[in-house]
Amino acid sequence: MGELVVTALRFGFLILLWIMIISIVSALRRDLQIGKRSRTGSPTAREVRKNPDLAEAAPAPRAAPRRLVVTEGPLAGHSLELAASPILLGRAQEATLVLEDDYASGRHARLFPQGSRWFIEDLGSTNGTYLAENQLTRALPVDPGVPIRIGKTVIELRP
Amino acid sequence: MSNIQTAPRSRRNTELLLLLLALVVGIGANMLVGLDQDRAFDSDFFTQGVTLVVLVLVVHVVLRLRAKYADPVILPIVTALNGIGLAMIHRLDIATGDSAATRQLFWTGVAIAVVVAVIWLLRDHRVLRRFTYLSLIASAALLIFPLLPFIGMEVNGARIWVNLGFATFQPGEIAKITLAIFFAGYLSTNRDLILLAGRKIGPLQLPRWQDMGPMLAAWLVSIGVLVFQRDLGSSILFFGLFMAMIYVATSRVSWVIIGLLMIAVGGFVAFQLFPHVTARINSWIKAFDPEVYNAIGGSHQIVQGLFGLASGALTGTGLGQGRPDLVTFANSDMIIAALGEELGLIGLSAIVMLYVLLISRGIRAALGSRDAFGKLLATGLSFTLALQCFVVIGGVTRLIPLTGLTTPFLAAGGSSLLANWLIVALLLLISDAARRPTMTGPANGSRSPGDRPGRRSKSDERNTGSTEVIQP
Repeated sequence: MGELVVTALRFGFLILLWIMIISIVSALRRDLQIGKRSRTGSPTAREVRKNPDLAEAAPAPRAAPRRLVVTEGPLAGHSLELAASPILLGRAQEATLVLEDDYASGRHARLFPQGSRWFIEDLGSTNGTYLAENQLTRALPVDPGVPIRIGKTVIELRP
Repeated sequence: MSNIQTAPRSRRNTELLLLLLALVVGIGANMLVGLDQDRAFDSDFFTQGVTLVVLVLVVHVVLRLRAKYADPVILPIVTALNGIGLAMIHRLDIATGDSAATRQLFWTGVAIAVVVAVIWLLRDHRVLRRFTYLSLIASAALLIFPLLPFIGMEVNGARIWVNLGFATFQPGEIAKITLAIFFAGYLSTNRDLILLAGRKIGPLQLPRWQDMGPMLAAWLVSIGVLVFQRDLGSSILFFGLFMAMIYVATSRVSWVIIGLLMIAVGGFVAFQLFPHVTARINSWIKAFDPEVYNAIGGSHQIVQGLFGLASGALTGTGLGQGRPDLVTFANSDMIIAALGEELGLIGLSAIVMLYVLLISRGIRAALGSRDAFGKLLATGLSFTLALQCFVVIGGVTRLIPLTGLTTPFLAAGGSSLLANWLIVALLLLISDAARRPTMTGPANGSRSPGDRPGRRSKSDERNTGSTEVIQP
């Protein structure tokens, strides 16, 4: 094997390594663009200026929920003032709202504020958490008046 | 936490293309290492090349069948790294007459079989959340095994090995995964309690005293690993993992500051009390001191590695043309020095770049993940990889003291290879869950909320409800 060929292959390998990196990065570029296009939420001021239709699509500001009310289950009628801190729901003693419900887990779900809205997230409970009859698979925003079912307990946020 | 979505596209064809490129890199490197000795196409080369191609394509097919939306670049990156590592180990075998590459190939096969099994059987990473406390017990057992008589083994002063009769194994490598699962499960459930504010000093919100328990426990375990197993690297890894995960879970800088203070205290005390730590630090600071250089277990290894890196310069000596075999443990601890010598700065920075891309994809999977457990697990696992790379490459280049961690996917060593491939399997699963299109309309439409509690009996609930175990 000639000296020249070996040297060419040596540098060729270094170039190949970097070609691989550049291909990986360019494969990832599509990820970023896709992320931009499918973004949800309210349009930015710049987008509104370009396209005035978007401004109307933006939801009207909702009344922020102030209270959490238990509507069904053993604790029906109880209510809780919402502050800025997250709320832990479950049977465990350290939960913010201790549910006396056989179908609830110790740490069943958590309600937390983000921005101007409250979100509910299931904490890996045995029987699941339902927001308006749909089982939660990820954190979802909760609007006032929408029932959240945990076992036999149903709670609601009220303005 | 942000909620970034990618368009639901499988991108398995992109993966296949990148995978072929990665195989060309790995097998090309393996061809180059023997070229100068006219051993380019010996039987080892063909066995290694064909086995690697078959194994990796099997993973690709399994991903097509079971985790269609998994990240398309993770597998190619890992394949390239594993291929380069195999080539360098093969190259050192040619120089020393060892057969480490065959063992490495065998362990690659075992690791990939485990990856296939995990992707095929586990399917959803959220199942692991049920094993939160079981993985704590498993981690404890894995850390204690090497200390037991008969099965525990001491190699080069570190008691981190287990003799299985037919092979030796480092259970600590697996412990980093089980610990990440435990931390993710524990922190995603108890995040709110840990978040309760304590005293405030300036802009820093300190946690309450009673919430310091887990941090203190993690610290004590790390110190225990350092004292009883004499393994500085794993000790740093476990504590670093916990610190990163608690920071991600709470987004409080105060945890990081407290953690760093605890490391400073632990490190100083260890430096004063334990001779093996003192020796490590000495051969780092006074590496070029003739006394330290000539001492047994002194800085000979690290200085030889530095000389190797220096003779590699910018473009390297070329694969198979340097003398990386002069460094002790060239194919495991010091494989970065060997690669730096033969591929030069350009090649070594390409390898570092591959790690950066791999870790960034792991963090990306965490960002896209829809459940807190998945987010924390992906962050923890990616951080484990990142910390290993930092500690090893930093150690070889004398930025920090050299410790006994392995370079992921490159270094010779079955346990490390198996553990890191297992991390990749979990990251692939989490990224699949993160990139899978969200279902609209009622989830699990066939089950209505009313019949679900009734369908599950109370005894069933006791068996599966891991959340019930937690006591205040």
